Amino acid sequence: MPGTTKSSLTNRSGPLDHLLAAAGNVILGKDREIRQAVACLLAGGHLLIEDLPGVGKTTLAHALARLLGLDFSRVQFTSDLLPADIIGVSIYEREKGVFRFLPGPVFSQVVLADEINRATPKTQSALLEAMEEQQVTIEGETRRLPNPFFVIATQNPAHQIGTFPLPESQLDRFLMRIELGYPERSAERALLAAGGQRERADQLPAIIQAAEIPAIQAQVSQVHAAAPLIDYVQALIEASRQNTAFQHGLSPRAGLALLSAARAWAWLDGRQMVLPDDVQEVLPAVARHRLRSVQGSAMARAEDITTLIRSVPIP
Amino acid sequence: MSTPASLSLDHRCTPWLFAAALATTAPHALHQPVWLTLLAGAIFTYAGWLWARNERLPGRWLLIVLVVLTCAGVMLEFRTLLGRDAGVAMLVLFMALKLLELRSQRDAMVLITLGYFLLLTHYFYSQSIPTGLWLILTMTLVTAALIRLNGGPASKPVATLRYAGLLTMQALPFMLVFYVLFPRISGPLWGLPQDAHKASSGLSEQMSPGSIADLALSSAIAFRVRFDGDIPPRDKLYWRGPVMESFDGRTWRPADSANQPPVIEALSKPITYESTIEANQQRWLLALDAPSPALKEFAIKSTLTVTTPQIINQRARFALSSVTDYRYNVDETEPVLRRNLLLPANLNPRSRELAESWRQASDNPMLTVNKALALFSGEAFTYTLQAPLLGENGIDDFLFQTRRGFCEHYAAAFVVLMRAAGVPARVVGGYQGGERNPVDGFLIIRQSDAHAWAEVWLAGQGWVRVDPTAVVSPSRLEGGIASALADGEPLPALLTVRSEWVRGLRYRWEAINNAWNQQVLGYNPERQRELFSRLGVANPDWKYLTSLLAAVIGVLTLAVAAWTFYHRPRSDPAQRLWRQALKRIARRQVSAAPWETPLALQRRVEIEHPELATAFTTVVEAYLAIRYSATPGDLRQLREAIAKLP
Repeated sequence: MPGTTKSSLTNRSGPLDHLLAAAGNVILGKDREIRQAVACLLAGGHLLIEDLPGVGKTTLAHALARLLGLDFSRVQFTSDLLPADIIGVSIYEREKGVFRFLPGPVFSQVVLADEINRATPKTQSALLEAMEEQQVTIEGETRRLPNPFFVIATQNPAHQIGTFPLPESQLDRFLMRIELGYPERSAERALLAAGGQRERADQLPAIIQAAEIPAIQAQVSQVHAAAPLIDYVQALIEASRQNTAFQHGLSPRAGLALLSAARAWAWLDGRQMVLPDDVQEVLPAVARHRLRSVQGSAMARAEDITTLIRSVPIP
Repeated sequence: MSTPASLSLDHRCTPWLFAAALATTAPHALHQPVWLTLLAGAIFTYAGWLWARNERLPGRWLLIVLVVLTCAGVMLEFRTLLGRDAGVAMLVLFMALKLLELRSQRDAMVLITLGYFLLLTHYFYSQSIPTGLWLILTMTLVTAALIRLNGGPASKPVATLRYAGLLTMQALPFMLVFYVLFPRISGPLWGLPQDAHKASSGLSEQMSPGSIADLALSSAIAFRVRFDGDIPPRDKLYWRGPVMESFDGRTWRPADSANQPPVIEALSKPITYESTIEANQQRWLLALDAPSPALKEFAIKSTLTVTTPQIINQRARFALSSVTDYRYNVDETEPVLRRNLLLPANLNPRSRELAESWRQASDNPMLTVNKALALFSGEAFTYTLQAPLLGENGIDDFLFQTRRGFCEHYAAAFVVLMRAAGVPARVVGGYQGGERNPVDGFLIIRQSDAHAWAEVWLAGQGWVRVDPTAVVSPSRLEGGIASALADGEPLPALLTVRSEWVRGLRYRWEAINNAWNQQVLGYNPERQRELFSRLGVANPDWKYLTSLLAAVIGVLTLAVAAWTFYHRPRSDPAQRLWRQALKRIARRQVSAAPWETPLALQRRVEIEHPELATAFTTVVEAYLAIRYSATPGDLRQLREAIAKLP
């Protein structure tokens, strides 16, 4: 169990550095996104990855599940996918004369919901409800989902044909939304030379065990957020409500999400306190999908988030 | 954190910049040539269309061509690029053209600076209350654009405007102090453009048929008078302008005469009054007939016209005194009397014939005068603004055919008859009557009160005023021009309004304007001296005023600073020490943005100033530990770390 290293504030070395490095060996040149994904998991949130097909979304999900010692299932969302295909069905066993529940892929610790915006809203909301409640109710029987339970949903950019964009209220269920983007030149070169990243992800060893994760999550929630830091988060939320670039500001729930994501970020840096830096680092991933730009495009633009950060002095 | 291209203009500012450009230029449309207004309007519309459609702005070459063309247009119109009108036209066009070039933050700053400058130019044309209010509002708008451009604290439009308004309000006390205390000098501070005081309409030095009737169409105020006692009766209110003695058959002009002072014999007590004359580009003061012999401050011509040495090219105030019962120039010189008998030869034979018959009937000039007046009252003469055109023998045509005319027709005809009958006579131009504003008690004399009358010289009585108009239309003297003319005459609507309510409103507005003129615009060196002597400082010189100004502004600034200091956000000791540290590193040209975190700053210092890095890192760690960690921090450690900063 990696303890909190008594390291200098300015010299970051965190308890999960070796895990992040191992993931970085598989998903090349995406250290920041890996860190965001892990922070999202440690903060107990779900992750939405939005990007073009083929940039490594699935590989990332695979690698994380392997490294964290979690079991993993993948659902390819299509327009004819039904809620039961995710949650599971009860079937009648004639020999025993009873109904037996066949759990769906949602009963895994890591669920990769691939191309979630290809499914119909009804199917989407079945998954999203499961995410929110951490349980599913089938035929009057409530079944708990495993703990930890971590959904990584991927989504193609909404302008692609045949998609049902997630409504705002459901986007809010994802703690973070990240983009992977094309790898940079050197990383892409390495990728082309090595090849077969998916297989390498499958062979990764478990660096921590699933059972340790609740304890780590508890540690994360204990990371200290001092009064000035909370002032800062509040000032950012208020500024988002004043800012004319957005149709509306951040909700109180978004504020809580921001704070817990910042805690996880701080913990990954091996700190016992949240700094304004952590808030600034996670703000784009936490806030962009919760804000609507007045410019018409659904999501707030990255520049607007930068402007938002620059409009709030550090208290 | 990525940095956006910081120089490109934030598109959300653009509506603000358009509004500022429009508000600072629009009032110039009131006095600019129409084509300039249309051109500027077209450029505004084009720029707005480009912006609304999100089109590309025109290229550099098109802009250069436009600038050259507009300059050429201004040059053709005004024959210069300098001076008041041409200069303002250039500024307005450049403001409009700048909208086609709004690409960067810098362009927007140029536009805003131009906007602040354009604000001033409006005072060349008007210093009235509406102008002042409009410019205060416009200044607030330009300031709001400036705030928006710099990503000010508020981002909703109303909040931005409120913030700009607050800034303007905060500037007002300073403005007042400057207004009262800034040393006043007579005349402008610096050379105003040649054309800054353009001709304004008013009584002219010549009189021909129709010239006074033209003036009567204007309800503009010529001057205002405040009497120290009661206002004299209306039929005594003759305000004397130029006296015209030479006649060429059509036009009356003053004669060039050696200027010897008149001999005035006062028959009543002098009346004192203060007259505020609007700019009229003339020298005469329009004193009430006749100026008191005691009036020594101004030159009085032998024709009784009071003049100043300088042309009145801006509103000016004069203290005058007059006697309404008087005799003057009883011993008029022979050349003057002879001059006032001259008539152009061979013109107006019928009039001369008539006058000759009067002279033969009696040699008493008084009888001749009465015969002429009886002619006007007896025959069907009409007092009207719409006089028919007259031929070469104008007086004959008027007396025997048209018989329709305004005061200049009657005065001219009367004087011609008198001269032909051997009575020295001349035409006097000026104003008659006036309207008392019940709100402030000032007597208002408008251009429409312009009048012409005659005076004849009678042995033993000197020059005597005879007003033929009084005979033709007695109500002209009693009730003013509006009551003397028939309905349907083209008088300005302002004068013919019968509604009491509208009239009251107009009186009040004119009284407010008058107070503004007297108190605010009329705050000249004398007024300033008066104010200070009332406060117990006799004759303050400019050095005294300047130091007082500096002192008051200093105290005001200190008071504001003290207030801000008292209401500053309270900070905890760690934060105060952190600010000290920031000041220390600022000496090494490291400045922290307000949004920059201590760690980000530390990383920057590490790269940009490696020599500071170790010491500063210690400071940052100590500060963060105190401010953000769960355990209470050690202030002493932070203080020591700061002390070690180079």
